[in-house]
Amino acid sequence: MIRPDAPVLLEIRDLHASVDDQTILKGVNLTIRAGEIHAVMGRNGSGKSTLSKILAGHPAYTVTAGSVTYNGENLLELDPEIRARSGVFLSFQYPVEIPGVSNLEFLRVATNARRAHRGEEELDTFAFEDLVRERLAVVQMDPVFLDRSVNEGFSGGEKKRNEILQMALLEPLVAILDETDSGLDIDALRIVAGGVNQLASSDNATLLITHYQRLLDLITPDYVHVMAAGRILRTGGKELALELERTGYDWVDQELARLEGGRTPVEVG
Amino acid sequence: MSSTATVGDLVSQPYKYGFVTDIETEKIPKGLSEDVVRLISAKKEEPAFLLEFRLRAYRQWLQMQEPDWAALGYPGIDYQDIIYYAAPKQQEKKASLDEVDPKLLETFDKLGIPLSEQKRLSNVAVDAVFDSVSIATTYKEKLAEHGVIFCSISEAVKEHPELIERYIGSVVPSNDNYFAALNSAVFSDGSFVFIPKGVECPMELSTYFRINSGDTGQFERTLIVAEEAASVSYLEGCTAPMFDTNQLHAAVVELVALDDASIKYSTVQNWYAGDENGKGGIYNFVTKRGQCRGARSKISWTQVETGSAITWKYPSCVLQGADSVGEFYSVALTNNKQQADTGTKMVHVGPRTRSTIVSKGISAGHSSNSYRGLVQIGPKAVGAKNYSQCDSMLIGDQAAANTYPYIRSQQPDAAVEHEASTCRISEDQLFYLQSRGIGFEEAVSMMVSGFCRDVFNQLPMEFAAEADKLLALKLEGSVG
Repeated sequence: MIRPDAPVLLEIRDLHASVDDQTILKGVNLTIRAGEIHAVMGRNGSGKSTLSKILAGHPAYTVTAGSVTYNGENLLELDPEIRARSGVFLSFQYPVEIPGVSNLEFLRVATNARRAHRGEEELDTFAFEDLVRERLAVVQMDPVFLDRSVNEGFSGGEKKRNEILQMALLEPLVAILDETDSGLDIDALRIVAGGVNQLASSDNATLLITHYQRLLDLITPDYVHVMAAGRILRTGGKELALELERTGYDWVDQELARLEGGRTPVEVG
Repeated sequence: MSSTATVGDLVSQPYKYGFVTDIETEKIPKGLSEDVVRLISAKKEEPAFLLEFRLRAYRQWLQMQEPDWAALGYPGIDYQDIIYYAAPKQQEKKASLDEVDPKLLETFDKLGIPLSEQKRLSNVAVDAVFDSVSIATTYKEKLAEHGVIFCSISEAVKEHPELIERYIGSVVPSNDNYFAALNSAVFSDGSFVFIPKGVECPMELSTYFRINSGDTGQFERTLIVAEEAASVSYLEGCTAPMFDTNQLHAAVVELVALDDASIKYSTVQNWYAGDENGKGGIYNFVTKRGQCRGARSKISWTQVETGSAITWKYPSCVLQGADSVGEFYSVALTNNKQQADTGTKMVHVGPRTRSTIVSKGISAGHSSNSYRGLVQIGPKAVGAKNYSQCDSMLIGDQAAANTYPYIRSQQPDAAVEHEASTCRISEDQLFYLQSRGIGFEEAVSMMVSGFCRDVFNQLPMEFAAEADKLLALKLEGSVG
């Protein structure tokens, strides 16, 4: 939902970043206000996932220029755990397995870290069980997954549900969903998308990173951005995604060739 | 720190127990000879059989070679440069704690082991050993009401010589190995536990070993006997001051379980490990063995090994009685330049004997951590079963983990299962936890304690939380 007067939650300015001395982001600009749902689309290697990891603070990536302001703060100065506690959430494309660490305990520690940061009382095991059981409904997840180790032996769909469960517990202000649709069958996709829709409100914002229209059929974006070679090449409404579905990415190559032809990159939109 | 920290940045926090107690000590001159063995025995006013035992062991030791098969590297030990007996100057054993040198009580207070009546742990009886002697044993009278004997081994030699004569060296013969022979020749003190037939020991028993002198070896000897249908849970803890030099610790522990008896032996070993460059620290060469002599008896070893520069230790079970059970649960953590070669031996002699081995090795820094275990099934062990699980966790990319399982079976009708795994705390796992608001160090400690959970669950309640904390401390990063 677009409200021009809604507060800006995330402001990305001319962001350049590299990993292993290879430049991946070459000047990303993006403004996200409360209540909005943004989709970033693009081919593999366009920098979509890098953008999400940088926002979450992955140590392997180095920001070489530009700024990211979150809720008025310099996001890039914050440690990853502080970003999470302040309400930035990344749903991973490939959530890792953590053997030996109980999922329930992990969820409780994470939830309490966020609650403590917000000045709320930490929940004891009993109070937390009540909360987690209520939130399980958001993704129709079987409580048996609480007693397992974090993501261990979970199917692709179960891992993604576990991600959205974490989102439901942490109540982020900015949720970044990195290819949440990958590896999901249509039923699982519906459940996960349904969870995201339930959690979206006028106070928070969602950034969807995806290749495919099929996720956007279920979660309607307010803005669609097309990324290529580390930049946002074009921004439009939900119809831009549909256009991409029809025409493919060929025009992106032409656009890129034009830009590489010596002109300074411009924000298109 | 987290955004820039990597797993390799984890370092030990300073050793908390590295202080030295300034107390006047009676020491005998450095070096080992038959005269020294006789002198130790004379100082302890021992009966003839024990002096004989020591001398036999000493002569055997002279014929033996220091073992070199372990995956350990250390400069040779000069056995003539060690003091074999050191005792705080005070009268031998005090009738009451009020007479014990307050400095000693204070030392144990500082170590978290209060001995005085009002502060002592409510359900744990403690024997406190300082260098070569036991200085106090708590709750002795209460235990005596149940017929339980819990005292220092020196005292037991005087009060119950017949029990000592019957059992000492009966599980670990004096010529068992180089370090056991050395211990048998010069052992100073340690604990003795005797649980009579049918008695379930009413409280946890615990011995706390403290090395204080810089040039003294500690050679303690522990003997635990559980008669028919008796049971006991025993815990051993150890610390030492920080010295630049290495101290030798060569202990022998013998356990005997008769029919239907059960002994649970837990260790939280936190000897000084040396500094981050590998200077100083304890050389820990220990022989621990339990014998399930009786039918349906059970011996369970649980160890949390976090200290020592060198650890050479294989708590074992000889499963003689039919249907007897042996267990070994181990967490060994090495950091910096520590080296550990540890594991167990399960020797199945009797029919339908069962054993379980769960070993968790964690290596950080430049350390090396090896599991070495033997499962031996004898020809009469019909229907014997073993299950072994050996997991290693690597922290950083400079640490090493090895697993050496040996299986020897002479019984076709036996089942032996072995599982092994190695994992590394990856940057991605840490980032995942951090990205959910969990701090870097808490993330590491969550993963380490998750890895060790199967073993911690075996520790007595009072110590499980303690062990968890100890590991977290050992790994705590001070890099900011």
